[in-house]
Amino acid sequence: MSTVAETQIKLTPEHDARPGATVRSRLQDLLPKIVLAPSFAATIIFVYGFILWTIYLSFTNSKTFPSYDITGARAYQRLWRWTFESDPPSSWYTSITNMGIFGFLYILICLALGLFLAILLDQKIRGEGVLRPIYLYPMALSFIVTGVAWKWFLDPGLGLEQTLHQWGWTSFHFDWIKNKDFVIYTVVIAGVWQASGFIMAMFLAGLRGIDGEIMKAAQIDGATTFQLYRRIVIPLLRPVFLSAFIVLAHLAIKSYDLVVALTSGGPGGSAWLPSNFMYEFTFKRNEMAVGSASAVIMLMTLTAIIVPYLYSELREKPR
Amino acid sequence: MSAVTSPARQASSGVSARTINRIVIYGLLALFALFYLMPLFVMLVTSFKTMDEIQNGNMLALPQSPTIAPWFKAWGETCVGLTCAGIKGYFWNSIKMVVPAVLISTLLGALNGYVLTKWRFRGHTLVFAMMLFACFIPFQSVLLPMATILGSIGRFGASLQNATGFNFGLGNSTVNLVFVHVVYGLGFTTLFFRNYYEAFPTELVKAAQVDGASFFQIFRRIMLPNSMPIFVVTVIYQFTNIWNDFLFASAYAGTGDVMPMTVALNNVVNTSTGVVEYNVNMAAAMIAALPTLIVYVVAGRYFVRGLMAGAVKG
Repeated sequence: MSTVAETQIKLTPEHDARPGATVRSRLQDLLPKIVLAPSFAATIIFVYGFILWTIYLSFTNSKTFPSYDITGARAYQRLWRWTFESDPPSSWYTSITNMGIFGFLYILICLALGLFLAILLDQKIRGEGVLRPIYLYPMALSFIVTGVAWKWFLDPGLGLEQTLHQWGWTSFHFDWIKNKDFVIYTVVIAGVWQASGFIMAMFLAGLRGIDGEIMKAAQIDGATTFQLYRRIVIPLLRPVFLSAFIVLAHLAIKSYDLVVALTSGGPGGSAWLPSNFMYEFTFKRNEMAVGSASAVIMLMTLTAIIVPYLYSELREKPR
Repeated sequence: MSAVTSPARQASSGVSARTINRIVIYGLLALFALFYLMPLFVMLVTSFKTMDEIQNGNMLALPQSPTIAPWFKAWGETCVGLTCAGIKGYFWNSIKMVVPAVLISTLLGALNGYVLTKWRFRGHTLVFAMMLFACFIPFQSVLLPMATILGSIGRFGASLQNATGFNFGLGNSTVNLVFVHVVYGLGFTTLFFRNYYEAFPTELVKAAQVDGASFFQIFRRIMLPNSMPIFVVTVIYQFTNIWNDFLFASAYAGTGDVMPMTVALNNVVNTSTGVVEYNVNMAAAMIAALPTLIVYVVAGRYFVRGLMAGAVKG
């Protein structure tokens, strides 16, 4: 902070004396708002305005090109019908079922693995400085790169299966990535690989923030390590769980690239998530209204998770 | 941690239990390190192998006769769609998009954060909340209107081109993507700077105001010189996000010479014509990953801090 004190500030005392002073000082008063205005306007137009536009489109019968005649909730009715069309599954049914499987497993495994690794790393480990970046680097990669790497690794003819066959375990069979019933689980594997290290870092930061005195007191009282973590540490980490959940839920609903790069949508679109559904219906199948309706549903799901969280975060510290 | 158990048990079996404990912990940590390193390792060794070796050898084996030919081929010769000039052009597309997008969004974020903390007005929390929420929306909900608008701007640019000989960047894919990334990155950059400036002593700003320093003078002379850490965090965060983006890139620059790196890589890998050259694919993936990996290696500390700041507010 010492640089602040040393910083020289040019004084401009003359500005009151001149005739244009009032205009200038009023301009000075407005300046902060003028500076903020373009960003805020951009947010209003390109976020909220566009969301309204998308909602509008979802009530039209837009196909290849947008049409602006309101024709009612047909797109939603179709989605609703497709929601229950499980045999043969409609693409929407597949997408939302996959979202459920992927979202649940991805969030659960990332949280569990992240917490587990953070606890292990917190046992005064030698070489923590080496291990931490190894767990974390996947977060720096693009989903496309992750997808390419795992596609190769999980390919039955090239990757893991082939390798184990060469090592003599010829009965080993692992073709999930080509199997329409299991392909979504390969997305979970790659997704967990990418994000769990980051969740670990969040938990580790949380663990390091816990008061050592509390731990010591519990140890003196004769708590076992397991009890210590179950009864004291993990409850103290609640805010971290919440933040990690929000990050993961948000990543899960937005996941699009990973499915594209890893599975190209899977056999017959069996790996689709709602984001893939939206993209395909809007840009490839010329069902713009249905695509928009699915985007609105995605947005509403995320809003239901994010808004209460943001509300509590912004309210917590009244300023 | 075995020190927690009762002193009597500790005396009898303390040393060996502790040792076993440590071995288990280190074993597990090493195992997970392998899990995280494996895909990168496979990608790296494969990119240095010949096709012969890939088809007949083991995925995990080190290259017998390492060759960097796949890297050169990926950079300068491999086919992306119908053009076979390597990925170098797309790599530069990404650079040309990332640099301005990162700089503009970071600078705007700094100014916004400065206003939202030091020049508060009625409703500043609402303005911030609205910008913050924009970070979290699924971009699918704005994808189509933006495509429509960019399309109209492109047509306008083309008619300007006819009339004046210049299109002023209107309709240019790189310009479009810079614009899109700035708009949808503003929420995050504003969040970062707002949280950072929140902790910055307001008295200094007040004192400077009393001395007659103007809005921009205070920003330039007081705020900026003390903002280095948050600039690093924001730039890294934005760089990683924009470089890795695929959704906007494929929607607004998904074909032809204008594709950014991620879209081009996806095209290379999913091209089904001819023999699939896995070594070239892996080299291309490595090239696409290198910029962000290098940033991560050089400034990992800031990278993590940036991700955290995006997760834990306030």
